[in-house]
Amino acid sequence: MREELLKIIEKNSRIDLKELAVILGVEEIDVVNEMAAMEAEGIICGYHTLIDWEKTSIEKVSALIEVRVTPQRGQGFDNIAERIYKYPEVHAVYLISGGFDLLVTLEGKSLKEVSAFVSDKLSTLDSILSTATHFILKKYKDHGTILTRRYEDQREKVTP
Amino acid sequence: MRNPLSDKIVSIKPSGIRRFFDIVSEMDDAISLGVGEPDFDTPWHIRDEGIYSLEKGRTFYTSNAGLKELKEEICHYLRRRFGLEYDYRHEVIVTVGGSEAIDIALRAMINPGDEVLIPQPSYVSYEPCAILADAKPVIINLKAENEFRLTARELREAITDKTKVLILPFPNNPTGAIMERRDLEEIAKVIEEKDLFVISDEIYAELTYKGDHVSIAQIPGMQERTILINGFSKSYAMTGWRLGYACGPEPILTQMLKIHQYAIMCAPTTSQYAAVEAMRNGDGDVAQMREQYNQRRRYLMHAFREMGLPCFEPYGAFYVFPCIAQFGMTSDEFATRFLREEKVAVVPGTAFGDCGEGFIRISYAYSLENLKVAIARLADFVGKLRSETKE
Repeated sequence: MREELLKIIEKNSRIDLKELAVILGVEEIDVVNEMAAMEAEGIICGYHTLIDWEKTSIEKVSALIEVRVTPQRGQGFDNIAERIYKYPEVHAVYLISGGFDLLVTLEGKSLKEVSAFVSDKLSTLDSILSTATHFILKKYKDHGTILTRRYEDQREKVTP
Repeated sequence: MRNPLSDKIVSIKPSGIRRFFDIVSEMDDAISLGVGEPDFDTPWHIRDEGIYSLEKGRTFYTSNAGLKELKEEICHYLRRRFGLEYDYRHEVIVTVGGSEAIDIALRAMINPGDEVLIPQPSYVSYEPCAILADAKPVIINLKAENEFRLTARELREAITDKTKVLILPFPNNPTGAIMERRDLEEIAKVIEEKDLFVISDEIYAELTYKGDHVSIAQIPGMQERTILINGFSKSYAMTGWRLGYACGPEPILTQMLKIHQYAIMCAPTTSQYAAVEAMRNGDGDVAQMREQYNQRRRYLMHAFREMGLPCFEPYGAFYVFPCIAQFGMTSDEFATRFLREEKVAVVPGTAFGDCGEGFIRISYAYSLENLKVAIARLADFVGKLRSETKE
């Protein structure tokens, strides 16, 4: 049940627990217990909302920053990652394979604000060798959801 | 001028679904529970393969029976899913949807006056195709009390010395009924005893929600008597690609291939390349879609229980077939009023045979969000009908 439950709430965290039990074919109390267990285990880390900020009047700028760092003895990348993720404007920090080490995603009110963060805060950290900032111009798809096009049922309405 | 028309064709009545289609088409704001095709897009990797085949200029006819790679993949698939062995060289034809396979199988096997057994409620094309093949269609009226399965007794009672072919439409459209192994074993005895042949339409084989689908061809002694029909439309959400296949004994397939060769030439080439990809790498997509259908199925069964609408639990396809007899109106009246008053289209059970009277077909090839809206309207409508009968 875990896998199916997670797949559903990953797409719809607002789903009613009773309905969740119905579509999974289990008792509501089992769903409640399973979700509580997964919250306690840190499998379920939160219930967020996917927002297309572009469609609001609120100004937001997102950026991806490639970061190259010198790993520290005994700590690897964990220390420096922690230094970075503690900034509230940082959305995500991933350790990745390939040409650089950390991928940082960031959200700010303006280009200026993001640039200031990179030059004043990020680049000045001791073990950081270099950064490359990419501003996001348009989000086509996010979290598996296409943002630029709405689903339209193209089928004939009645077919045998 | 002489009458230009064939009496045989004129005698065939148009599909009962057509009338509903016409009403719905006029209504802008109607929502529908009336479709017989998946709501999912064809998985992208499959479409991509179709596009790639076009880019590569693979736009010529294939051999009549279909691309060798595809026929091989079909045989692999039938072996891995059902343990069935077919020789891709002589025992497989790739057709234009399962529909063509039904037509050519009947035409290859029927002599004028032979009787074809058609269990109903079932898909709308069996009876007309039987008539076109000069067969006499003999209807077996399936019963709700048997969960719309075909029983050995019903089969036996319908057989005469003219009976040649049984059409076996499971998992079933419109009822969602399935035939499990023990059900098939029972009817297999009768089929063997009476020396019948079977056209088994298993287009919904991948959409079963209680164990794995069992094909009649898996029952000992049946494969040599069975034309197994399946396709890509339902399992891979590929309805518009028009691709199906028939497998069976070489002597029958050889004759079917003649009709296919002269009437069709070959199934669409682009679709065949896409289908190779579907069979090679599509198992995960099928499983994912099946799980979603199953969730919706559970939701609908629960909703019917809550509104007191009797419905046996269907374990196949993507339809439920609730009984509306308690409201004292025909399926057609119910469906027409529901459409006019609540603007939701369903298909009356009678569109799939007279014994569908008292039932409506509801398709769950819709997102849960859409189903919820439609089912809320159904609950309102049912409530309204109940208060009317009280007055």
